[in-house]
Amino acid sequence: MSGPLSFLDLPASPVGKSLPRANAKRLLAGRGVYLDDLRLPRLVHLAFLRSPYAHARIVSLDTTEAARAPGVARVVTAKDLEGRCAPWVGVLTHLKGLKSAPQFPLAKERVTWQGEPVVAVAAASRAEAEDAVNSIRAEWEELPPVTDMDAALAPGAVPIHAALGDNLAFAKTIDAGAVDAAFATPGAVVIEEDFSFARHTGVTPEPRAILADWDPAGESLTVHHAGQSPHMMKEILAKQFALPETAIRVMAHDVGGSYGIKIHVYPDEMAAIAIAILLARPVKFVADRLESFTSDIHAREHRIKARMAVSAKGELLAFAIDDRTGIGPYSTYPRTSAVEGNQVVNLAGSWYRCKNYRANLRVAFQNKPPTSQYRAVGHPIACAVTEAMMDRAAAALALDPAEIRRINLIADDAYPWTSASGLKFEKLSQQAALAKLLKLMDYKALRAEQAALRKKGIHRGIGLACFVEITNPGPAFYGVGGAPISAQDGATLRLDPGGTVTCAFSVTEQGQGTEAMAAQVAAAALCLPVEKIRIVTGDTERTPYGGGTWASRGAGIGGEAVLQAALALKANILTMAGAMLQTPAEALDLGASGVVDRAGNPRMGLDEIGRTAYFRGDTLPPGLQPELVATRHYVPRLYPFAFTNGVQGSYLELDAETGFIKLLKHWVVEDCGRIINPLLVEEQIRGGVVQGIGGALYEECLYDSRGQLLNGNLADYLVPMAAEMPDIEVAHIETPTADSALGAKGAGEAGTGGAPAAVMNAVNDALSPFKARVSAQPMTPARILAALGRG
Amino acid sequence: MGQRMSERITINLTVNGESVSRAVDPRMNLVDFLREELGLTGTRWSCEHGVCGACTVRIDGAISRGCLVFAVQLEGAQVETIEGASQSGELADLQAAFHRRNAVQCGFCSAGMLLTSAALLTENKTPSRDEIREQLSGNYCRCTGYHSIVDAVEEVAASRAGKGGLK
Repeated sequence: MSGPLSFLDLPASPVGKSLPRANAKRLLAGRGVYLDDLRLPRLVHLAFLRSPYAHARIVSLDTTEAARAPGVARVVTAKDLEGRCAPWVGVLTHLKGLKSAPQFPLAKERVTWQGEPVVAVAAASRAEAEDAVNSIRAEWEELPPVTDMDAALAPGAVPIHAALGDNLAFAKTIDAGAVDAAFATPGAVVIEEDFSFARHTGVTPEPRAILADWDPAGESLTVHHAGQSPHMMKEILAKQFALPETAIRVMAHDVGGSYGIKIHVYPDEMAAIAIAILLARPVKFVADRLESFTSDIHAREHRIKARMAVSAKGELLAFAIDDRTGIGPYSTYPRTSAVEGNQVVNLAGSWYRCKNYRANLRVAFQNKPPTSQYRAVGHPIACAVTEAMMDRAAAALALDPAEIRRINLIADDAYPWTSASGLKFEKLSQQAALAKLLKLMDYKALRAEQAALRKKGIHRGIGLACFVEITNPGPAFYGVGGAPISAQDGATLRLDPGGTVTCAFSVTEQGQGTEAMAAQVAAAALCLPVEKIRIVTGDTERTPYGGGTWASRGAGIGGEAVLQAALALKANILTMAGAMLQTPAEALDLGASGVVDRAGNPRMGLDEIGRTAYFRGDTLPPGLQPELVATRHYVPRLYPFAFTNGVQGSYLELDAETGFIKLLKHWVVEDCGRIINPLLVEEQIRGGVVQGIGGALYEECLYDSRGQLLNGNLADYLVPMAAEMPDIEVAHIETPTADSALGAKGAGEAGTGGAPAAVMNAVNDALSPFKARVSAQPMTPARILAALGRG
Repeated sequence: MGQRMSERITINLTVNGESVSRAVDPRMNLVDFLREELGLTGTRWSCEHGVCGACTVRIDGAISRGCLVFAVQLEGAQVETIEGASQSGELADLQAAFHRRNAVQCGFCSAGMLLTSAALLTENKTPSRDEIREQLSGNYCRCTGYHSIVDAVEEVAASRAGKGGLK
């Protein structure tokens, strides 16, 4: 690792070790407690009547029969919730010009996407609630839907929300350097290409789920939420339901996958809370799979026109992109639906030296489900377009794809660096990462194998993709825009009487290893085995205030809070030990045996410290009040974000007869700063890569022209399964951030950000002997055959 | 569930070695039966139509999709869930390998992955990585990318074959 060594680097330190996650054992024994596993007395279950149309006026709703159906506690329409939940609008003030319309838990007069919730039925079982939904008589007047983003933005298009004037939710332009002059450079080679990226969605194994419980006597609202950010939800609920913060507790238990899907405000979940308050009894809503497909946020859906100019030597002279993206009828609250496009235009090309960059972004309303942040937000698009264009440029100049990258990547000693779009890179390792990847994949041998096989009619492709990832976001991401989204996190560490430590931590766990990471950091600072650290997460009443899980920040931000809290607790322990031992605290330290002297000799066990403090205060020196608890928070201040970097390689085989792609191998070199647990980082990378491959090859929410979803189930919507996935080799470089003592950056989204680009470049490399290209994702067999002229 | 009491059918079966008798609606499927009637929540709803494998259980020794079976079809059957297979210790080496390799993140697919892996290792003592991937291809995992799961199963196969799988 580059950077000064510290106690975190000592051989005994658990930081940097591939330790298994303590909390994973119960999950493997079937003893996880996910939201749907919770049962409360007097619980009712919700089912929704959802809009069957992409755009329609609600003419009438007759719920008489449904209200009388067996098991039904209440049928609820928008009218019943009037005044119970304030509408929300998904805008952020720093995304200037972003507009959206107010959203309610249940649609009022009009529905704007197929799947929008309209009527809720609360019944003794989900089955009875669904039975009752089937007996609701709804009359609709179908209105013309606007589903295509370009049609939505065309002059004269009917606005989905008349009050907003048009369907342009947000627009942004970046114009840096001298783009036109650079494109006009004599001898420049100019490449142009149109790309498209389909809509896909998160497909969390555990669907979205919420259980709300209102106690009118105690005036308290308890919300069990399969979510990523309990504190944010509490803030939002206090506002929307006009309740004091003291009345609300939000808890996240085991969460069966989230990937960004479970951090947004959803109308059906707000309806569940409103109905719990209305009925004064616990209400559970668990989305079924069709509901997930039609009401979870979707992501991506871009059309991009890209232009690139390179010199005869392969130097990138200018890069320009025009990005149109469709976000559904509303900008999602509170993170908005404009961040994805914003990140595409901020990120594209930023890891190359070129300073002549122009980007246009237009974000369109349309009658499809709302989109918002899903793992890697904008990165896969920015990376795929940039890296595809780099390959086009290399081909035009007969340069090797690895060579054109080497020529244009920012030099490893050129940092700090500011990209053309204004992104600030503290320190990256792009050139080293590329060199390491080429070695890891034995690039030359692979090219030789590819050439030999081509002669035999076997068409293999090799794809490279460099990338950066935005991690450790500070308040610049959301806080400055007025959203109740905390960029800081906190940890409270308490020494317990037996010499073990309980750590309450504001970052949440969805399986990524938050708790293991925190335990390793705390254990390193306190010289304890990780088994002696107990981590508590996911409860607004039991953890310090913090942002939770999003944007690859748990280790970088949360980990630093744990480290600082552990060091503060250590100081408190040594103060007490010093008083008991009549030794200056500075002459003491912590070691494997507990309190030790500077030579490492045992002086006192932590159990003795704990027991004396809690049970035998009478034996303490006068004036000494032990404080064996410490809380610290952390928010990054030096840089708005901690950028990471890396490079991916894909090796695959094309069946030119069927258009099928067989993935053979995938490689990743990733630099996420200090690595706390290599095993967990590698698993984040691998899982992320496969999610990226899903978007590149399989996943697409298919809609017809009327805005009807055609593949709302897991048989027709394809996700990556084990048989189609390759082995994924991961290697690391460690460039710690100087913003924190820990030096960790994020690793959660790098895999997803870079994989679609690497796979697309590999597919096109395999297609190159046929003079064919695919520039639309997912690259389905049909699209590949069409490119081959065999569609 | 409670809709038409008169149509309820009483079934007698064995679940995780215990005799169980319940009157159930004909439309109740096995996943709801296990979760709602018996409190065995380790069997999970995910895709709800037999594609993802999160509801995998054993019926008379064979792995099956709980979401595709009605409870009333199980008169006299032997059903085993992740809770039973964990308690008996027969999955212990697989669970330990999954744990060591972090072949589990959110854990929602794990019951199905483990039971399906156990079935594979009964039928094929020395599966290749491709064979493991093929066998697990009906089990959806969104978190791991599958590589570590394949590693874990491969390790257990080697270990059971006496080749010392602890790499």
